[in-house]
Amino acid sequence: MPDIVIEIKGLKTWFKTPKGVSKAVDGVSFSIPKGGTFALVGESGCGKSVTALSIIQLIPEPAGYIAGGNIILNNRDIVPLSEREKRDIRGNNISMIFQEPMTSLNPVFTVGDQIVETIMLHQGKSGAEAKAAAIEMFEKVGLPDPAGIFYEYPHRLSGGMRQRVMIAIALACRPDLLIADEPTTALDVTIQDQIIKLIKELQAEMGTAVLLITHNLALVYQNAETVGVMYAGKMAELAPAKALFRDPMHPYTVKLLRSIPGQEKRGKALDTIRGTVPPATSYPAGCHFSGRCPREMEGCAAIEPPLAERAPGHFAACHLHDPEFMAKPWSKPLRHEPDAMPPLSVPHDKRERLLEVKNLKTHYPVRKGLLKRVVGHVKAVDGIDLVVRKGSTLALVGESGCGKTTAGKSIIQLIRPTSGEIVFKGRELTRVKESELKPVRSLMQIIFQDPYSSLNPRLTIKDTIEEGVRALKTGLDKKGRLDKVTEVLERVGLTADMMWRYPHEFSGGQRQRIGIARALAVDPEFIVCDEAVSALDVSVQAQILNLLKSIQRDFGLSFLFITHDLAVVEYIADEVAVMYAGKIVERGTTEEIFSNPRHDYTKKLLSAIPRLDPGLVSAWKLPDHKPGR
Amino acid sequence: MPVILATDLIVYFLAGSIVYFAIATRKEGILSSAWRELKRNRLAMASLAILLAYAGVALLDSVRYRDPVVEDNGRVARAADGSVIYSAQALSLLDRAVEGLRTNTEKTYSAPFASTLYSKESVELPDGTIKRDYPPLKHPRSHWLGTDKVGNDVLYTALKGVRTGIVIGAGTTIVIIPFAIFFGVFAGYYGGFIDDIVQYIYTTLASIPGVLLIVAFMLLFGSSGYQGGLISRSEIYLKFFVPNDRLFWLCLILGITSWTDLCRLIRGETLKLRELEYVQASRAFGISKPGIIYRHIVPNVMHLVLITFVLQFSGLVLAEAILSYIGIGVGPEMGSWGNMINTARLELSRDPVVWWNLFGAFLFMLALVLPANIFGDAVRDALDPRLRFR
Repeated sequence: MPDIVIEIKGLKTWFKTPKGVSKAVDGVSFSIPKGGTFALVGESGCGKSVTALSIIQLIPEPAGYIAGGNIILNNRDIVPLSEREKRDIRGNNISMIFQEPMTSLNPVFTVGDQIVETIMLHQGKSGAEAKAAAIEMFEKVGLPDPAGIFYEYPHRLSGGMRQRVMIAIALACRPDLLIADEPTTALDVTIQDQIIKLIKELQAEMGTAVLLITHNLALVYQNAETVGVMYAGKMAELAPAKALFRDPMHPYTVKLLRSIPGQEKRGKALDTIRGTVPPATSYPAGCHFSGRCPREMEGCAAIEPPLAERAPGHFAACHLHDPEFMAKPWSKPLRHEPDAMPPLSVPHDKRERLLEVKNLKTHYPVRKGLLKRVVGHVKAVDGIDLVVRKGSTLALVGESGCGKTTAGKSIIQLIRPTSGEIVFKGRELTRVKESELKPVRSLMQIIFQDPYSSLNPRLTIKDTIEEGVRALKTGLDKKGRLDKVTEVLERVGLTADMMWRYPHEFSGGQRQRIGIARALAVDPEFIVCDEAVSALDVSVQAQILNLLKSIQRDFGLSFLFITHDLAVVEYIADEVAVMYAGKIVERGTTEEIFSNPRHDYTKKLLSAIPRLDPGLVSAWKLPDHKPGR
Repeated sequence: MPVILATDLIVYFLAGSIVYFAIATRKEGILSSAWRELKRNRLAMASLAILLAYAGVALLDSVRYRDPVVEDNGRVARAADGSVIYSAQALSLLDRAVEGLRTNTEKTYSAPFASTLYSKESVELPDGTIKRDYPPLKHPRSHWLGTDKVGNDVLYTALKGVRTGIVIGAGTTIVIIPFAIFFGVFAGYYGGFIDDIVQYIYTTLASIPGVLLIVAFMLLFGSSGYQGGLISRSEIYLKFFVPNDRLFWLCLILGITSWTDLCRLIRGETLKLRELEYVQASRAFGISKPGIIYRHIVPNVMHLVLITFVLQFSGLVLAEAILSYIGIGVGPEMGSWGNMINTARLELSRDPVVWWNLFGAFLFMLALVLPANIFGDAVRDALDPRLRFR
């Protein structure tokens, strides 16, 4: 066994809330050896980030507190230390990089100042020495012109460069442990890959242990040695990465893995988990996953499963793998969901052209000076051609800032394009007056990314959904509108009585369903899904993707799917258009693009995404219910 | 014969809105659920009770009529043409209700609950000798907040100040809110040329020193206005409706000079809101711009309005004090807390200090501004559906 850098034993981090004690982290144990990478995965709210903050001792006090357990760094428990001693540890022994490189650097200091501050504080170097060390660090993280960048302000750097600066600051004092909390989530795919490689390189060179927190399971598969799957404040499964992906033991892990979209799952529904994560103030007394588990047994809700070694190095907290429990009378199955996913595909019959985009350009004028004269144009969309066929899905992929959202909004005339043609059902739209667009409006709808800002917090769900019906379906009376709202709510898997509630009473996934219901209520034929599943957790994303596919099948809808997530594209799209800097660089069927990319940018994009082995994917099975001896 | 001042209309409007909201909370809707939420908040309900008491005093003080002049022989005095002659003073219902306070005047300063005057005078004793002593009051121990320099009861003056304070706060807000919401929302939502014009207007307004603008305005319009006291003063006597009310002009100019801050806030918030996805979704339904503004923008900027109103309220009451000090505020005969603070300036520099004028104004202002802040906060929370059902 190599040297253990950090060991977490039975960590409990609780928060006092008006509703009672919220057990965000409720007894988590793991350790990371020198130079090792431990990945903590799980959906939002499962306690990953709180675990990380507990390790670096940055729990928001006094609401949050460590209720039990030890954090042993280099054979010393750091929980009882004084604030002064903890400060010495932070940045020096443990450092952290965050998800958002835009907000983790102070905009009023140069990046040089920010790294020198850390070096001088922890290593007692003089200003000149610290500067030399900083420039050396910048060189190490692969920043071009390190001496010049030393004097730059954060806003002059791109997101990827800022994240490199953050890594440089984090590693400047050669910490024993680097916590990377979703280090690549906010970055473009191609940059994600570079950043992960950089962390791996520096880790190999410095022998730093890395705690990688992410929800991207493919990334974990390729980069971590050990994986801990967290669910509702507890460790559900803990295993070497290869073993976990070959043979996931906990039903939650299996469900989570099977909800990831991908090429292998085309034509079938994605796996979903029933219900929602219970609030941290009221977990079940036994297994926290009971109530949602597809293999729940009678005793599960009352008896807590220990995290026990079920195969060499492979720990799982599930009674199904415990012969002793299985021999007891309370191991009778309470629920037994089928293991195979039902087929979910859209018939291929009539595929005539519904929408044609020819040489579409949307330019934003750049104005300057007192008189606001136009001095130039930002060519957000610069001449694109697209065809969307009836009942099919066209994915528009590209990195942030390439103009894909502007393209989507231009197509449904939320932004009036500068030039080009959009022919929808034989009608040209770009030259039609706003007032004459109304009949077309109901046929073209949009679903947004952020489930939080897509609903007006001051309107009830009924008012939100009814708005479009009222404006576009003028033939309906009050009762007719109410029936319509009920109908679409039920279609997206919500109940009619929910229409009287306000948006804040719903979870992210439910809000996304409401957004879909709002679009569906006016009977559209074409829907632009603008990153519609990007902000959701994998298991919720799977539910929404299933829903979108089933409404496409039932209503013969066409989708323009704008996304940067290639796994989703592989799963849902029939055709793909790759966009780069305002132009379409490659178009084709999903199969063509993914198996034989032609354009350099497409190749780069595809090689950058971390992938799971298709052989593994088909082998994921829920554990069987084997009665004990 | 009733007399209605221009500022009375503001108070009636305020009273009308209170009645309207009271009825509206009876019906199902966002207001009734907000009211249920509010009722659970005991601090807010206590604040509301105090605020209603203030509003009640202001309303009583805004209903006034002139009594006919009665001749010594008990008959109503008539002019040569036979019409009834009315007294020069229009007393309000409040004046009549607290008749005792109004008429029980002393000679000069007396401390709260005192039975003698505050300064020694030569007093003639029953045996004819003259002694230097504190003379006894005409109404001993009846002045809860003492009396002022000319012997008026300070409690009465403070009560009269309630109406002035409410009128300044509410009247100015009535001027500010439509301006600020209208210009702010339109500038933010439409952008471009409209935005440029609105920004130009409020930048210009904000670049003129406020006090100078107020002074100029008040000298132009307010100087001849009714300043409290006798109704038959200057050219306005014998009118049933008095539009030329100095306090009214004060509200107007305070409103004109102070809508810019709120407007700027609302414009900024609107700029943010118009890019939000629910607004985009509405546009995808082809809903008109005014429709989107009404449904999505205005309700989501109301919290700014409420917060600004509550914060500005105390500022406006203080502004009235400053303006009264430089002589262009409320007339000296119309009771106001500003005037009380103003007189306290000299009283505090004499020895022994006369503190009750300042204390009275302080007490009444605190008891208005603090509940207004608490209640405003509670209303904001109750109206925000996000904070409900926690």
